Amino acid sequence: MAESIRDKVAIIGMGLSKWGERWDTGIFDLVSEACNEAFTDAGIDKKQIDACWTGYYQNETATTGVVIAQTLQLQQIPITRVENGCASGAEVIRGAALGLASKQYDLVLAVGFEKLKDVGFGGMATAGAPGMVYPMYAAEFGAAPGRYALAATAYFRKWGLSKEEGKRTLAKISVKSHHNGARNPRAMLRREITVEQAMNAPIIAWPLGLFDCCGVCDGAGAAVMCRTEDVKKFAVKHPHDYITIKGFGVAASPGWGKEDTRFDFTYWDATEAAAKQAFAQAGIKNPRKELSLAEVHDCFSIAELIGVESMGICPYGKGKEDVESGAWEQGGEIPIGISGGLKSFGHPIGASGCREVMEFYLQFQGRAEDKSRQLKDVKFGLAHNQGGFPGQFICGITITGAPDV
Amino acid sequence: MVGIVSYGAYIPMLRMSRDVLGQVWGKSAGKGERAIANVDEDSITMAVEAVVDALTGMDRQKIDGIYFASVSAPYREKQSASIVKAAADLRDDIDSADFGNSIRSGTNALNAALNAVKAGAAKKVAVVASDTRMPAPNSDFEPVFGDGAAAFIIGDSDVAVSVEGSYSVSSEFLDVWLKAKDKFHWTWEDRFIKDEGWEKILPEAIKGVMKKCNVGPKDFAKAVFNGADARSHGDVAKKVGLDPKTQVVTPLFDSVGDTGSATAPMTLVQALEDAKPGDKILFANYGDGADAYVLQVQPQIEKVRNRRGIKKHLASKAMLANYGIYLRMRDVMEWGPSVRPLRRSAVSFVWRERKAFYSAYGQKCKKCGGIQYPRQRACMYCLVEDQFEPIRLSDKTGKLFTYSIDERANEIVLPLIRGVIDLDGGGRYYSQLTDRDPAKVEVGMPMELTFRLFFDGGREGTGFRNYMWKARPVRC
Repeated sequence: MAESIRDKVAIIGMGLSKWGERWDTGIFDLVSEACNEAFTDAGIDKKQIDACWTGYYQNETATTGVVIAQTLQLQQIPITRVENGCASGAEVIRGAALGLASKQYDLVLAVGFEKLKDVGFGGMATAGAPGMVYPMYAAEFGAAPGRYALAATAYFRKWGLSKEEGKRTLAKISVKSHHNGARNPRAMLRREITVEQAMNAPIIAWPLGLFDCCGVCDGAGAAVMCRTEDVKKFAVKHPHDYITIKGFGVAASPGWGKEDTRFDFTYWDATEAAAKQAFAQAGIKNPRKELSLAEVHDCFSIAELIGVESMGICPYGKGKEDVESGAWEQGGEIPIGISGGLKSFGHPIGASGCREVMEFYLQFQGRAEDKSRQLKDVKFGLAHNQGGFPGQFICGITITGAPDV
Repeated sequence: MVGIVSYGAYIPMLRMSRDVLGQVWGKSAGKGERAIANVDEDSITMAVEAVVDALTGMDRQKIDGIYFASVSAPYREKQSASIVKAAADLRDDIDSADFGNSIRSGTNALNAALNAVKAGAAKKVAVVASDTRMPAPNSDFEPVFGDGAAAFIIGDSDVAVSVEGSYSVSSEFLDVWLKAKDKFHWTWEDRFIKDEGWEKILPEAIKGVMKKCNVGPKDFAKAVFNGADARSHGDVAKKVGLDPKTQVVTPLFDSVGDTGSATAPMTLVQALEDAKPGDKILFANYGDGADAYVLQVQPQIEKVRNRRGIKKHLASKAMLANYGIYLRMRDVMEWGPSVRPLRRSAVSFVWRERKAFYSAYGQKCKKCGGIQYPRQRACMYCLVEDQFEPIRLSDKTGKLFTYSIDERANEIVLPLIRGVIDLDGGGRYYSQLTDRDPAKVEVGMPMELTFRLFFDGGREGTGFRNYMWKARPVRC
């Protein structure tokens, strides 16, 4: 009989490389920066690590476990690469947690990373359809903005927003993300913007403009994890202010949304399903009230809008009201993307899921680098991480929390 | 009785004013405009449009042959007709052949079709002439050439226009030529070509068929033939005793341009659109000699009216005023190198999914009736596995459910518009939108499908041309 993972596993140390266009760093450097911060933060020696889960999205690496072993000089331990598209980062932490909960290992490293800025052009070269060299998809280089934009058009239509109203709603989300990012020293983009700037920015893929899209960058995020029963043994630096896993949700959608007349592009079905799983494990009944913060996968402003609605944090179609009332801002009912989100951090694909969890970790420990963005009374945090495109998502949700809630 | 059972035509939506060429090169380029194939069109895709137009209201299963005529076939080795066959969803057990190397190829193909039907080898044969000749920039050909296609279904029953007789002349005459490795056309002095070529060889064939059929120039309600230009065309008419004002149908030199193999066939379609039962039509086609025919319009013509043909396609247009985009579309300059990754596809993959790519077949669930594209193993609606029957989607219309306009995609011409089309009668088609004005794309607009080139593996990738059906706003 399956059991909830709630509180069985603890995160006792986390680290993040510097995120950005890291022309001077490679994969080894990114992994090293994130992992060494996590080891130092946990106060462990990497020799103690029993196993590792790592996440990397792009196809140009193989035997990626060896890359981690090479970088950190880990000696003959199990290292597993996972790939769930842009949700690979969430899967890294989940894999590590399952390895611990099943008592195969005692101390595990989870590290997600991505080196995107070696391609030689702006934007991203994205993969095709699952398992296919399908000409339609082959013609889809740089597809992410254009495919998410399909959802923006559909959202505007369904909820009766004029193009101007829709653009304005999305602009306000990006303004909020930039506001948060400007207060986070670890963010890549640290400049506030105005609604007018966002609305008048060059179009990337109508209706999405430049400020509706997250940046492309390099980065890595890492977590050191053990069973909660072992925190006394391993969590020397954070004997009390470690966090525990409250619940995971992972859902792969059947994937034919673009081709299925029932899908209207205004909800993320995988996010709905993953959220249900995660809330059930975590015992969360009213996420809007119970969550102290939610890091939502805002690769695009529309992704945040629909993502928040799909998790039930906001009723469907009411996102505009929330955005206008400031419900998702710091000090609002539920801060969304208090870190600055993917919008301000950029999205090194395999790393984002780890970074989102780290935001709660730092907030819980009172370690927000800029005190103006420190939240109070932090209990539960949600990290929403999704890969794919509207209609063909895979979603990973990680709920973490204080050990005693 | 053997003759034309049905007809159809195609003119690409894009037109370029000759003023644009005049401005680019700083000299007169004549009046009017020329039809320009879009970046995703070629002689094959335009042929498909014309054939499908000609097949309006007909049973595609009853076509016994497909002959493709062109001097601009995209492949030098690899048949075009077989691709047209697949896209038009004709039977596999039919004859397919390419005719080329001469702008007379359209009537070479017509002769083959007429002979096949007369001999009883076929009941109905589709003949299509289609050309997208690439003129050298700044050449005399550049303002003259246009792109277009025309198709006829030839048969021995339900004949709308009977062929009463024909006469052919073969000539080694050199007027315009491309050798195997030439990118652009050679030609000899225009006065020589007109005097000794067009204006001698065409009259010889026309007089030949009149004599053979025992008819005179006054017997024709209309006369249709190609020409070196409007003036020379009129001179040929006078030489054979036709009245250019009342009898002669002038090719669309001013609005479409010289469409090579398709010029005379397109002009014939233009004539048939207004033809009345009882009309006698002279039809002739020049190129390496000439073919001439006496045609008799039958009462059946009234039953093959509802085609897009020339008139509707001609009226449906969008102006291309940017010569730089034209050069990009035709890939005639040396471009800067790109570090972007190449698109990939695989011949084996396209072959495996040929019904989807070439014929736009989806599948219909036998249990729940749900229509889906592309092929899959389990029904997305009722989850039952492997219980499908094929269904052709290429002739479906639909409504645009949602779209996006991508300004940064790796496309030859931006923007790339993606669309989700909910098909009338069920099913959804995710596609690029072609032949559209980005400013006019709106949710809910009526859409249809059109056979297009997705990307040319000669420019990048795996070397072959990737065709597939795209969506476009209902053209006309």
